[in-house]
Amino acid sequence: MSTSQVRELELDLDAFEGPFDLLLTLLLEEALEPREIDVAGIVLAFLERLSEPDELDLESCGEFLVLISALLELKARALFPEEAAELDALEPEEAAEELARRLAEYRRMKEAAAWLLERLGTEGNRWFRLGPAPLAPPAERRLAAQDPAALASAVRGLAAPAPNVSLSHMALRFPPVSQFLERFRRLLSRRTRFDFDSEVEGLSRVEQAVAFLALLELRKAGEIALSQAAPFAPIRVSTVENERISAWTARSA
Amino acid sequence: MDSTLRLIVSNPVDRLARTIEALLVVAAAPLSVADLADAAEDDPERIETALGLLRERYAEGRSGIVLEHVAGGYAFRAARESADACARIFERPVERGLSQAALETLAIVAYVGPCSRPEIARIRGVAADSAVASLIERGLIVEAGREHGPGGAVRYRTTPLFERVFGLESLAALPRLDDLGEADDLRRRLLDVASAKAS
Repeated sequence: MSTSQVRELELDLDAFEGPFDLLLTLLLEEALEPREIDVAGIVLAFLERLSEPDELDLESCGEFLVLISALLELKARALFPEEAAELDALEPEEAAEELARRLAEYRRMKEAAAWLLERLGTEGNRWFRLGPAPLAPPAERRLAAQDPAALASAVRGLAAPAPNVSLSHMALRFPPVSQFLERFRRLLSRRTRFDFDSEVEGLSRVEQAVAFLALLELRKAGEIALSQAAPFAPIRVSTVENERISAWTARSA
Repeated sequence: MDSTLRLIVSNPVDRLARTIEALLVVAAAPLSVADLADAAEDDPERIETALGLLRERYAEGRSGIVLEHVAGGYAFRAARESADACARIFERPVERGLSQAALETLAIVAYVGPCSRPEIARIRGVAADSAVASLIERGLIVEAGREHGPGGAVRYRTTPLFERVFGLESLAALPRLDDLGEADDLRRRLLDVASAKAS
């Protein structure tokens, strides 16, 4: 296999299919995520190629090693971006110090693990009970001191018959919205405008609510225009036609 | 013919010692002096005196049962000379098959804890999820709150069982970290490489 053949090594990976050379180009152009590349798959493809009955070409093996190392470095950097950035921002001496600190920390923990293992060896002949202990007695519930008179009053309160609760609201009958739709339409056929508040005066709260729903229905259908001078001021209802005339008059003035 | 018969006399300290013996036989975990004083409804100083008597009586080589000060309290265990007999019919599920990864994780939790899985992974350089899960299952570490801030990672600490399994009176009995792992050689080599790169 020649040096150029390494670059032309045909790959069939999950994330990429094509020559090795193209894969590297795509990675360098950041068109492919290094973390998606199966490096082991590339190594296997290369090994399969090597097993072909050709003479072993050391130069191509060397080049492959260089390229695959670069790829591994790219992948490692992509997997630990923050760490790489952290170390990149440091001067070589500082980076070495930081690396030494981390390695020393890990080495000490490794030594501590070895000490624990050794300890297991020396303490392995200590046998003791591991079973659960009998349950602890339940915690005593201390009740607050009670005044007998207050207690009697509370019991008396409980003994009193419950007050009758009015269920009249359960039987509320809602008049149909259509009734108010018809009523408002009739009104507007005779007059160009009316005050909602004065129109529903004297009606029950339920009827007023239904009348308001009818008003909203008419507004939604574009049959009427609504206006209110201020919050909670009387609602003025007018035909759409009348509203246009008023607006035109106001603009002309 | 000394210790056993001496317990029968009605000396008040002996009576207290018998109560402590009974409590330690029932307990599954080491009992502190405060625990013993509460249960026996007696003075901690007198408890210490009675414990002194019991330590002498249940010293290694004098009885099949040994009184030991471990994991911040007192507990009975089998004498070392009976270890083989114990091993024939009992198992040691807590420490059996502890992997290197689990031991390293345990060391980190013991020295640095309470600490979270990301902290353990930072020190070890690899994820510690399965090692942590194994240590929790064995009862050697437990959850100990969360790191500060919203969504903080769960932190872990070692349990009294850890100290008992490793025969430690407390975590303070662990060797000092400074005495472990001389890294001067490594540091010197890294600095050599760094200065060569800089020049």
